[in-house]
Amino acid sequence: MPRNARTNALGLSRNDYRGGKSTLCPGCGHDSISNQIIRIAWELGLEQHNVIKMSGIGCSSKTPAYFLGRSHAFNAIHGRMPSVVTGATTVNNELVAMGVSGDGDTGSIGLGQYKHLLRRNVPMVYIIENNGVYGLTKGQFSATADEGQFLKYYGDNDLPPIDLALEAIVSNCTFVARSFSGDPGQVQALLKASIAHKGTAVLDIVSPCVTFNNAPDSTKSYPYGREHEIPLHDIDLLAPDFVEEREEILIGEYDEGQVIEVPMHDGTIVRLKKTDRDYDPRQRVQAIQLLEEARMDNLLLTGLLYYEEPRMTLAESENLSERPLTQLPNDMLRPPREALDQLMQSMM
Amino acid sequence: MSIAEIQQQTEFLAEERESQVNDFAFMVATKNGSGSQTSNSVLVRSLFHMGIPVNGKNLFPSNIKGLPTWYTIRVSGEGYIARRDTTEIAIAMNELTAAEDIADLPEGGVVILPQEWKWGRTRDDIIWYEIPVKETIRQFKIPSARREQVGNMVYVGVVSWLFEIPLELVHKALSDQFRGKAGPVNMNYQIIETAWEWARENLVKQDPYRFAPLNLTEGKILITGNEAAALGATFGGVTFASWYPITPSTSLIDALLGYRHLRKDPESGKDTVAVIQAEDEIAAIGMVVGAGWAGARALTSTSGPGISLMSEFAGLAYIAEIPVVIWDITRMGPSTGLPTRTSQGDILFTNFLGHGDSQQVVLLPRDPAECFEFGWKSFDLADSLQTPVFVLSDLDIGMNNWMSEPFEYPDRPINRGKMLDKIGLEEFFAENGEWYRYRDYDQDGIAWRTVPGTDHPRAAYFTRGTGHNDKGEYSERSDDWVENMERLRRKFETARTLVPAPEIETSPELRIGIVSYGSNDPAVQEARDRLRADGIDTSYLRIRALPLKPEVSAFIEQHERIYVVENNFDGQMTSLIRIDMPQDNSHVKSLALGDGLPMTPGFVYENILSMEQGQDAQERTY
Repeated sequence: MPRNARTNALGLSRNDYRGGKSTLCPGCGHDSISNQIIRIAWELGLEQHNVIKMSGIGCSSKTPAYFLGRSHAFNAIHGRMPSVVTGATTVNNELVAMGVSGDGDTGSIGLGQYKHLLRRNVPMVYIIENNGVYGLTKGQFSATADEGQFLKYYGDNDLPPIDLALEAIVSNCTFVARSFSGDPGQVQALLKASIAHKGTAVLDIVSPCVTFNNAPDSTKSYPYGREHEIPLHDIDLLAPDFVEEREEILIGEYDEGQVIEVPMHDGTIVRLKKTDRDYDPRQRVQAIQLLEEARMDNLLLTGLLYYEEPRMTLAESENLSERPLTQLPNDMLRPPREALDQLMQSMM
Repeated sequence: MSIAEIQQQTEFLAEERESQVNDFAFMVATKNGSGSQTSNSVLVRSLFHMGIPVNGKNLFPSNIKGLPTWYTIRVSGEGYIARRDTTEIAIAMNELTAAEDIADLPEGGVVILPQEWKWGRTRDDIIWYEIPVKETIRQFKIPSARREQVGNMVYVGVVSWLFEIPLELVHKALSDQFRGKAGPVNMNYQIIETAWEWARENLVKQDPYRFAPLNLTEGKILITGNEAAALGATFGGVTFASWYPITPSTSLIDALLGYRHLRKDPESGKDTVAVIQAEDEIAAIGMVVGAGWAGARALTSTSGPGISLMSEFAGLAYIAEIPVVIWDITRMGPSTGLPTRTSQGDILFTNFLGHGDSQQVVLLPRDPAECFEFGWKSFDLADSLQTPVFVLSDLDIGMNNWMSEPFEYPDRPINRGKMLDKIGLEEFFAENGEWYRYRDYDQDGIAWRTVPGTDHPRAAYFTRGTGHNDKGEYSERSDDWVENMERLRRKFETARTLVPAPEIETSPELRIGIVSYGSNDPAVQEARDRLRADGIDTSYLRIRALPLKPEVSAFIEQHERIYVVENNFDGQMTSLIRIDMPQDNSHVKSLALGDGLPMTPGFVYENILSMEQGQDAQERTY
């Protein structure tokens, strides 16, 4: 938290992190997530000029217009945001990419790009605002809709849902979380942790559609979420500059064995405080079992589902220069005349 | 065949025995994947080292191993490098196609074929050379898996003796081919030498064909268009490439990887050119659009099916005004089409790629030298115009070795276009009191852009395909939409002034004009010479880019009759010309081929000749 409640470390107020006025339906879960992004960006003192807000098409993909007005943004095409982020972050490794997608954008048209993005470990925060329904085209089932669910115009859904968190885990994503837009505290904590992560961090956030899918029996509704959300742990974070003070913070606050500490790449420490369950997100098979259990019993288990030490990012595995390729001087973009002459000679 | 019979045959051909030097064509028929590409390249390179203008064109199937494949080699002391309709010499190494290969030979032609087939001389108006392929190979200890491959070197040896290629030049060509590796060079050379010796001792030269050294290739290089394109991009400052494997464009990316050593970061020794293999062409163009948006020089390379998949992103990049370079090494389509056959069939589609109103910038290289030139120029154009630039090469240019002048180093510094960095933006604000992403401050249709990471509180803007006003704000207002389209039209007119001008040769008669583009050039040039010999003088305009420059309509207006020569079935460029000049185009005639093979002078010559004769007849009847 900033020491001065009105301005952050950069001397900016929270207003400086706002975007345009939302045009989504009043009460939309997505607006709540946008507000948490504004809040954590302000609290972390993110430099907005280094942030890129990326999206595809759909209600969720409109939201980058509603936060961080001083950041570049790209509202691309349906389901293809991952490839655009891959290009942008590979040529400029200083950018902090925040992608916002939905269950249609990621789970249907963009499923292929989603999986390949994860496979490449492109450094970004990938937020899925998951409401199980197509909003802008007015109420079709998405691929994450509950099996057996009923919607006004489309009747019963006979197909089982795709679990985008599970897809992430099996695609070797190293940071996979699930949350509920009605739980702003957890959303904030996970957002901060995901920004500190090196590589792709997936946040699959149940974000109810108040217009088309908010009946209490839908697992993507507010009533269901409020009734059934089961946090796997309480999460808080120690920012890098607070880590020195952590000993004293720890003392007396938690009992031994009650806290799992996960150090992030940038020095941040994510602390997961035990709830009723004994869950260690660093076990892949356990994470998959957990999601299987959630699927069988329609449980909304939230928190950090899976975490592992980040592997190389795409730029690293490609052995690219550490300096942003977009900032190379012109003399590094064109080899000298002699280099061409020499090549030509060798071909004669 | 007895000696007497041979003599008889020789007499039969006596009148044609006048030596034919440096002006004929070979056809080598083999099986795909048998390694014949190597032996054919060695032949082409040997002839190149003899100083004789030569081309080699690979006519291959979509297959890894086993299907028939043909390779044509043409030499021309006069410097013609177009593909010829007929070949005088067949090297028949594929028993499955031999009957047809032999039947296709003209009277007086030559066939070289393996002895072991015991084929029998099925024609008596051609010359037969049966050669011991298996027996020659048997003399060497060669693993059976490699036998077929090195077996092809037997015909290299026989051809060298029959048509007089000095063995030391064959050795040099082998060395080029294997980049100096002694093992393969020596093994292959031994076979060539043995076959050459066998030919000297056993064959009686009966045909009139031979090569004689010239000095017409001195200072020239042999290179494929795809390698040239990759080299051009390397000198043009490419920093990002993404692609999905597709024939015939794959070798462009292979070459780009090979040239990355020219662009290492001197401090870390690491790469400054990212090359990412995508999961499909949609992802490839998506990555390139993301990289271009972020400020990189980004390219993708593909062919028709990939262009189809890229159309949505191409439309987005057009309307969101993002510089990217897209190479399309065209092949036959639609769909899979003839994946290994050349075509100019993507012109119309690419010109309008994207739904809604979009007109793309397209460059049309004719040969590797222009692939190199457009390789770097395309980036300057894309950055200057903030738009996708398509470069339409084709399989013939891209994958075949062409004789070329050495490439010229870029004659101007890198031009990143209207890009504002932190200081530039501060100055812009100081001068104008504002900066909006899509406002046409200079009245050329091109606005000023910033890239992410620019450390200025007002640098950011929102990029979208959705309607926007000139401030970059979301807008569904009709007047904002129309205003934007009007600016894009101004930009298109600016593009018209910036793209490469056509090459024009004007005949004083101003009667017949030929318009063409791309790889048809050698065929058109040769056809013009033949027409001139028949008393038909022609002018020639070679289009090098779309949008069409004013020179094109001026040329068309100047001439009584225009023939538009192109290698697609529908006459696509003719359609574009008619759109560009809706009036006065009734004298524009389409000469479109589209059969999967490189354009030949014969097609151009015969069609123009017969149409001109018909024209004369028509004129006389009036």
